[in-house]
Amino acid sequence: MDGLLREYLPILIFIGIATALAIVILLASFIVARQRPDSEKVSPYECGFAPFNDARRQFDVRFYLVAILFIIFDLEVAFLFPWAISLSSIGIFGFCSMLLFLVILTVGFIYEWKKGALEWE
Amino acid sequence: MIAAIAFYCFSAVAVGSAIMVISARNPVHSVLFLILTFFNAAGLFILIGAEFIAMILIVVYVGAVAVLFLFVVMMLDIGFAQMREGFLQYLPVGGLIGIILAVELILVGGSWSLSSKIQQIRSSPTPSLEKMTNTHAIGNVLYTEYIYLFQGAGLTLLVAMVGAIVLTLRTRRGVKKQKIAKQIARRPEDSVKLHNVQTGSGV
Repeated sequence: MDGLLREYLPILIFIGIATALAIVILLASFIVARQRPDSEKVSPYECGFAPFNDARRQFDVRFYLVAILFIIFDLEVAFLFPWAISLSSIGIFGFCSMLLFLVILTVGFIYEWKKGALEWE
Repeated sequence: MIAAIAFYCFSAVAVGSAIMVISARNPVHSVLFLILTFFNAAGLFILIGAEFIAMILIVVYVGAVAVLFLFVVMMLDIGFAQMREGFLQYLPVGGLIGIILAVELILVGGSWSLSSKIQQIRSSPTPSLEKMTNTHAIGNVLYTEYIYLFQGAGLTLLVAMVGAIVLTLRTRRGVKKQKIAKQIARRPEDSVKLHNVQTGSGV
């Protein structure tokens, strides 16, 4: 348990350094720089012309479909990690079990390919 | 010592950002705070030694689910000005539901009784961390002993995929696409005709 945590200690130190660095950079630019805001300086601008409309527009539902499909294949990969690690001890049965899982998901993959869900138009 | 400090830092940031998720006025900020909560939960999982779950939390929840939430939030047609009002008017209803849930939880917890063999049941399938990593331990049982649940997970993913496609895929009409096979199959003989035109007369 302690050995495990000791392996993660460098990551913790890096998180600390990253947080401290972010705070230092933000604070330094806040303290050191001269702050003289006026309404023209702080207003958002688009290069060359006055903004046509609000930047927060409604997104296409297609983005949602892409994200869902990404989650599904992400989960498939997540299942592959423990399988790859313990493949030597679960034998041919475990191997075939994963193959069946992959075949099931490949059926879905072929379906979405043929349906044209991967194309953007 | 360091583990205790890390635990309190992670849990404090997790609780704080979880509160910000429900109290931030801008839904995009809520999703970003949700990502921070996921990160801190992953840190807490590492502290109790469940590194596989921690990594899956980063890969799946931060990498995919949070992006999905961002897309969903941006898909909603809600004016940000109208989001700013009316947060507190739902507080009584939400508080009432929270109290009902708390009462139910207390009732369930009050009638809870532990089996006398609990220690044995709890520790039997999990080998200690010194013996093998918990990714290895999961891999040893998931694909053989729990094969029905594993294949069920695969079928669930298939149904989710098909369902998402059926619900959201709309092919727009009148879109001109490039058909590469048709382009390549086109021969000069089919498309070009040479006419020997007499001078002064049309084709």
